[in-house]
Amino acid sequence: MNKYTPVIGLEVHVELKTASKMFCGCSANYFGKKPNAHTCPVCLGLPGALPVANKQAINWCIMIALALNCEINTFSKFDRKNYFYPDLPKGYQISQYDLPFGHDGWIDLSKPVILASDKGARPESKKDPGQARMAKKRIRIRRVHMEEDTGKLTHMSHPELVSGSSSNEMLNQVQHDNKKKVSLIDYNRSGVPLVEIVTEPDFDSATDVVEYLQKLRQIVRYLGVSNADMEKGDMRLEPNISLSKMSLRGDEVDETISQERSPRFARDDNNLPNYKVEVKNINSFRFVEKAINFELKRQEKLLDDGKTPPQETRGWNEKKQETVSQRIKEEANDYRYFPEPDLPPITHTNEQISTLSSAMPELPDKIFSRFLRKFSLNEYDVEILTRDQEAAEYFEQAVKLGEDKNISPKQIANHIINKKPDLSATSPSDVISQIAKASQTEDISEDELTQIITKVLKENEKAVQDYKNGKETVIMFLVGQVMRQIGKKIDAQKVRSLIITNIK
Amino acid sequence: MIHTLSLSDARDGLNSKDFSSVDLAKACFEQIKSHDDKLNAILTLSEKEALHQAEEADKRIANGEESPLLGIPIALKDLFLTKGIRTTAGSNVLENYIAQYDGTAVQRLKEAGAVILGKTNLDAWAHGSSGENSDFGPTKNPYNLEHIPGGSSSGSSVSVTTDMAFAASGTDTGGSIRLPASFCNVVGLKPTYGRVSRYGVIAMSSSLDSIGHFTKTVRDNAMYLQVTAGRDPKDSTTPNKDVPDYQKKLGKGVKGLKIGVPKEYFIEGLDPNIRIQIEDALKFYEKQGAEIIDVSLPHTEYAIEVYYIVQTAEVSSNLARYDGIRYGYERSHFGDEAKRRIMLGTYVLSAGYYDAYYKKAMKVRTLLIKDFQEVFKTIDVLITPASPSMPWKLGERTDDPLKMYLSDIFTVHANLVGVPGLSVPAGFKGGLPIGMQILGPHFSEDLLYQVAQAYEMEHPWWKKKPDLGNST
Repeated sequence: MNKYTPVIGLEVHVELKTASKMFCGCSANYFGKKPNAHTCPVCLGLPGALPVANKQAINWCIMIALALNCEINTFSKFDRKNYFYPDLPKGYQISQYDLPFGHDGWIDLSKPVILASDKGARPESKKDPGQARMAKKRIRIRRVHMEEDTGKLTHMSHPELVSGSSSNEMLNQVQHDNKKKVSLIDYNRSGVPLVEIVTEPDFDSATDVVEYLQKLRQIVRYLGVSNADMEKGDMRLEPNISLSKMSLRGDEVDETISQERSPRFARDDNNLPNYKVEVKNINSFRFVEKAINFELKRQEKLLDDGKTPPQETRGWNEKKQETVSQRIKEEANDYRYFPEPDLPPITHTNEQISTLSSAMPELPDKIFSRFLRKFSLNEYDVEILTRDQEAAEYFEQAVKLGEDKNISPKQIANHIINKKPDLSATSPSDVISQIAKASQTEDISEDELTQIITKVLKENEKAVQDYKNGKETVIMFLVGQVMRQIGKKIDAQKVRSLIITNIK
Repeated sequence: MIHTLSLSDARDGLNSKDFSSVDLAKACFEQIKSHDDKLNAILTLSEKEALHQAEEADKRIANGEESPLLGIPIALKDLFLTKGIRTTAGSNVLENYIAQYDGTAVQRLKEAGAVILGKTNLDAWAHGSSGENSDFGPTKNPYNLEHIPGGSSSGSSVSVTTDMAFAASGTDTGGSIRLPASFCNVVGLKPTYGRVSRYGVIAMSSSLDSIGHFTKTVRDNAMYLQVTAGRDPKDSTTPNKDVPDYQKKLGKGVKGLKIGVPKEYFIEGLDPNIRIQIEDALKFYEKQGAEIIDVSLPHTEYAIEVYYIVQTAEVSSNLARYDGIRYGYERSHFGDEAKRRIMLGTYVLSAGYYDAYYKKAMKVRTLLIKDFQEVFKTIDVLITPASPSMPWKLGERTDDPLKMYLSDIFTVHANLVGVPGLSVPAGFKGGLPIGMQILGPHFSEDLLYQVAQAYEMEHPWWKKKPDLGNST
C-alpha cells in the first residue's frame, strides 16, 4: 500500500489558430516564418502603441470554456501581469486575473472512480445528474482565460552562428565581435492568442493526466479553434505535483495548509500538501507522463527521508530523463496585476453566450454516447471512430449511404478500423462499395453447405475437441477449411454459425 | 509679424492669399531661432519636412481646399511619435530614439495639412508640473525668465504664447495642459477622456491621459479639436460618438446658463490674486445673464491622493517596456522623478498593498465620478481657478516633491472623472498670467468653448504678449 497519494494539477496553454494576433492585426501564423516578419508597433511594444482585442479569439476562448462545462463571466476584463523578461516586449503580459471568461467547469475521464483516491472530484454534479451513474472520474476546471503569447528567445553560441545559413546583417555583426554567446529574439509569436486552462489538483496519476490531455486536445480540435499540434508548440503543459501523506483511514494527515497555493483566491481545499513543484513548458504528452512519474519518485524519496520537497519550478530534461530545478519559489514574482486600462471591460449578454453555444459543433463526448446508442457499437469502436471530427463525420455519412445497401454500421466500423482506408483519398461511397464487394457471396444451398461442414468436422476431430474444451478461436480455422472445400466466396458469418450449430 | 496672428486669422490670410503657408512656417522658424535659446521650448526642429509640408499645403490652398488647419504651423509635445523624427519624451532614455510611426493624432494633423515645425520640451515622461524635470533642461516662462512656465507640456505652451507656433499639441494626465496654459496666457484644452486617440502618444497613465492642445484663442482651439477628435479603431477607449461642429456655439453668450462654483476649490491656500481674478470673471458672467450657483463636490479633498496612486501604478507598468533591449538606453538613464513614480507605483500594486491602495483608490474614484454626475444635474459648467498659486520661481519646489504634486490640486479631478477642462487666460498679477478653468460634463467641449469665448471677447488677455527683448 502506498504511503502517499499524488496530488496533481495542470495548467495548459492552447494557442488559437486565429488569422491575426490577439491585440493587433499581424498574422498569428508564425511557424517557420522569417524572424520578426510578423510584427508591428503593438506586438513589438513600441512607445505609444495600444492593444485592440481580437473578438474571434475571445469568442473561441468562451467556446472552449463552454465545451469544458464552465460558467461564463458575462462581465469580464483584461488585466496586466507585470514581469520582466526579454521576450515580453511591454514588460507586462495582457492576461485575465479575477474575471476569467470561464470558471468552474469539468472534464470526465472514462476510468472508473477509485474511491480511496477521490479527493473532492465528485462524480455527481447538480449541473449534470445524469453522469453520476457512469461513475467516471471528474477533473474540475478552475478557470479558462485569455492571454497573449510572448516572443521566442534563441540562445546561440559562436560556432552555430558561423554554420548558420543566414545572411542576416545582425548575425554577421555578432560574428565579428564573436567569442561570446548571444540571445536572439523573434517577436513573430509575440501577441499570438493563448487560452490558459487550469484544473483543480484532482489528478492522482500520470495516466489520468494524459487521458485528460487527450480529451482536451480532442475538444479544441473538434471546436476548430486550435490545431493543437504538439510539435509546433500549440499546446504547452505545466503539471504541478506534490505528494500527500495518507492515514490508515485514507484521509490526509498533513496539518499544514497551503498558504501560497493561490494567493488572492480563497479556496476550500484545506488539506493539500504544504509544497508544490511545478514542471514548466512541456510540449509532449509522453514527457508529461515521464516528468510526473519522475517527480513522484523523487518526492517520495525526500519525504521518506523526512524532508519536505522545496516549493520550486523545474523543467523536464529529456536527455537526462529527469526534472531539473529552475527556480526556487521563494524568489517568485509578484505580478502586480491590475485592470488593463487600455481595454474597456468586456460584457456579453446571455443571448450572445447561447448564440456562441449553439454555433458549437457536437463535442466528442456527445458524439461518443450518440454513436453507442444509435449504432449499437462497442466502446472500443466508437472511441476510435470519434477520435477526430473528420473520422466521425465520415463514418456517419457512410452509415447513411450503407442503409440502402443493407450494410450495417458495425460492418462499416469494422471496415474503417481494420482496413484503415485513407479517408482523405476515399469517399464514403467508395467505402460502401468496397464493403459491398467484399461481402458479396455466391449462393450455395444449405444442404450442400451442411454436407461439407459435416465432412470437415469429421476430418478435424482434434479441433472440434479443442473447441468443446473452450478454445473458441479454433472456429476460424474450421471456417477456413470449409471455405477452401467450397472454393467459392460465401458469407463467412453464415458458415461460422452453421459450424457452431453442427458441433453442438 | 504674421507669426503673431491668431490661428483663425492666419487661416483667413492663407485663404485670401495675403501670404503662403511657407511664409508662415518661415516666420515661425525665425521666431524660434531668435528666442528659443533663452526659453528652451523646442527640443527638435523638423525644418526640412515642415517646409515641404507647407509647400504641399500651399498647393492644396491654391486648389481651393479649405480645412481648419490647412497650412498652419504647429508644434508637438515630444511625447507624440513622429515617423522618422526624434521622439524623446524629454528623457535621456530615448535621447536618440527615432519614431517608427506617426500616432493617430499626428496622422490626422498631417492629413489636415498642418505644418509640423518640431517637437517641444516637457518634463521627462510628462512627470511634472513645472517643466523642470526635463532631461534637456527646464523651459522658462517668457513673461519672466526666472519663473517656471508650468508643466508637463511646458514647451508647447511657451511656443504658442511666444508666437513660435500657432498652436501646439500637448497631453494632460493631471493638469499638464491646463496648468502651463494658465501660467503662459494661452488657451489649453484637456478634452473628454477618449475624445482624441491616444494611439502613438507615449503613455504616462493610460486611464488618465488626455490628448489636447494649446492655442492663442478659444476659436483657434475649437478649430484644432475639429481635426483631432473622433473614434480611432486603434484606441479601444475612443467611443463611437459624433464629433460636433465645435465652432457652432461660439458667440451665443451665456445668458440662462447655470455656472457652478465648487466651494472646495476656493480654499485657504488659494492665492488671493487668483481668487480676485476668478471672482471678477464670475461677476462678468452674472452680468451677461448667467446664473452663478454655489455647489459642492464633497470628495474633492481625496482627488490628489487617488491621483497619485492610480497614476503611479499605471506609470510603473507603462515604463516597463523601456528596457533598452529593442530601442533606447537601459533603465539607469531614468531620472529621479520617473524612478520615484516607478517605486511608488510598484509599491501600491504589490501583493498585500493592492487592496489598501490601488483598489481603495479606484473606489474613491467612483465616488468622485458620482460627485460630478450629481452636480451636473443642476448646473451646466463649473468654474474654478486652474492653479492655486502663481507661476513659481525655478528651483523653488524641486526639492519638495510633495509640494510639487500639490500644484495639480485643481486639475487632477477632471482626469480622474474623465470630463473635459479648458483653461482660459484670466488676467495678470505682477506681470505673470492667471488662468481660469471651465469644466463640463463628458463630451461638452462645444459648451466650454461657448462659455470661454464669451469671457475672451470682453477680456482679450491673449493679446498681451511677453516682452522677449532683442533676439539672441
